[in-house]
Amino acid sequence: MAEVLVLAEHSGPAIKKVTLELLTAAARLGEPSVVWTGPGVEEARERLAEFGAVRVYVADGAEFGEFVVTPEAELLAQLVAEKKPAAVLLAGTAAGKEIAGRLAVKINSGVLTDAVDVIAGDDGTPVATHANFGGAITVHATVRTGTPIIAVRPNAISAQPAAEPATKPAELIVVNFTASEAAKAARITEHVTAEKGERPDLTEASIVVSGGRGTGGPEGFKTIEDLADALGAAVGASRAVTDAGWYPHQFQVGQTGKTVSPQLYVAAGISGAIQHRAGMQTSKTIIAVNKDAEAPIFEVADYGVVGDLFTVIPQLLDEIGKRKG
Amino acid sequence: MNIVVCVKQVPDTAVERTLRPEDGTLDRVTPDGLINELCEYAIVEGLRIAEAHGGEVTILSMGPAKALESVRKALSMGADKAVHVFDDALAGSDALATSYAMAKVLETTGFDLVICGAESTDARTGVLPAMLAERLGVAQLTLAGKVDIDGAVATIRRVSDDGYEVVTASLPAVVSVVEKINEPRYPSFKGIMAAKKKPVQTLSLADAQIDPALVGLGNAATVVVDLAARPPREAGVIVKDEGDGGTQVAGFLTARKFI
Repeated sequence: MAEVLVLAEHSGPAIKKVTLELLTAAARLGEPSVVWTGPGVEEARERLAEFGAVRVYVADGAEFGEFVVTPEAELLAQLVAEKKPAAVLLAGTAAGKEIAGRLAVKINSGVLTDAVDVIAGDDGTPVATHANFGGAITVHATVRTGTPIIAVRPNAISAQPAAEPATKPAELIVVNFTASEAAKAARITEHVTAEKGERPDLTEASIVVSGGRGTGGPEGFKTIEDLADALGAAVGASRAVTDAGWYPHQFQVGQTGKTVSPQLYVAAGISGAIQHRAGMQTSKTIIAVNKDAEAPIFEVADYGVVGDLFTVIPQLLDEIGKRKG
Repeated sequence: MNIVVCVKQVPDTAVERTLRPEDGTLDRVTPDGLINELCEYAIVEGLRIAEAHGGEVTILSMGPAKALESVRKALSMGADKAVHVFDDALAGSDALATSYAMAKVLETTGFDLVICGAESTDARTGVLPAMLAERLGVAQLTLAGKVDIDGAVATIRRVSDDGYEVVTASLPAVVSVVEKINEPRYPSFKGIMAAKKKPVQTLSLADAQIDPALVGLGNAATVVVDLAARPPREAGVIVKDEGDGGTQVAGFLTARKFI
């Protein structure tokens, strides 16, 4: 069976969830091989095998993390030339897409980004599903030139352990790799980590609670945070809120912000302009609270309350408290 | 400094956008075309750098005849001149082909800095700036939330969800910018009038020495197999808050096992 390369996203030994999702997709196309850059693989190999990884190619030179995406692209190009894989799968994160783009140029291959699903087509080659314009149109696409390179949106495919449990950890294969001088053009001189709260990541959360203009300001927005915390949810915001500076920009959901697809999306005080819906309309269940009965958010809501969020949400918080006992 | 800002015209995101059923390409004709939002930040960043360090800002846009509107707007914002790559044979080019064509043009215009928006609102692939850096063999300074130029060295804040990285490189380089990197600028009346006299060079494939066998829908490395509008969501239950709205929502959440 042909190999399928999966570029692991990880933080040291901690495997990011999207890596397991990529392995799940890769197993449908062939034999998953993980490409691991940097340290941490010893601790991770058992779990990678659990999700179907047969082997792990490891390159842990200092260049990874020191230069912007270029060493990863070079490493993948080298492995594609050596292993002739059926496809290369990467996380559809900003950096993952950049690596995919550079790799596509290096190996003259088609690249598909932001796939929400990947399956094997009739001839075994990958078919990617895309949710264009925030899910308004579903597109199936394939690659006809070179080795298919597919960047898969995090949290879109549900990670499944391999059908046949692995009997041994994935085989570790150290790759002889040195980044070229050309790959060392953009040097990372400093990492600054933003303070991270207790809440789940917006794009990975199973529940997202978002607030809009109806929150009235940073004070009112605290109600959104309270509900998110009661539900163990991530906090999102409409563009009106982030533009006004009531909540940080990285929490914006919509056309120019994050695309989320959680099990539950709660929109409070959000009218639901087309740009906002483009970021959340593929959520499994949508609840809307808005004073305006005509607000377009109600068109996509599974359950909507026409009312003031400042009375509805506190009451909901009381109820959640009671029901949790 | 020779600054080239890549500008893409995209359909207005405030209206319904569609793909053409016959070939899966974007309908660029029916909806209003606007400058892609992140490209507007790229234009302002180019102008800001030229004002601070001297130099000239050239707008580079590839697209149908209609894209000229966006080119003119970019000029009215203050850019000095423009190159519009326009050839029917380019229609339907995918990211791989688009990066090839843009890189061909950039090789002839020359540049110290190429500035792009990090992604477009239509295709949203986010790959083009990295592909351009790869093709041009220059430093990739992408996802910038801040750009500083010091002589022949550029330093950016590469922003991510986790914070940011400080990245530095010698020019020439390809920069991509993210939202909120600068304050928006709007064309003044004077700017609009001046833009009419600014030079716009229109290049065909032959003019730009772009190989027609490497661009266009028929030569794309990726193919749309099929497409379908997402079925509308089933109508939900909408209730008016009669004093028990919160309790009602709690009931719904309990029934769906969220609490």
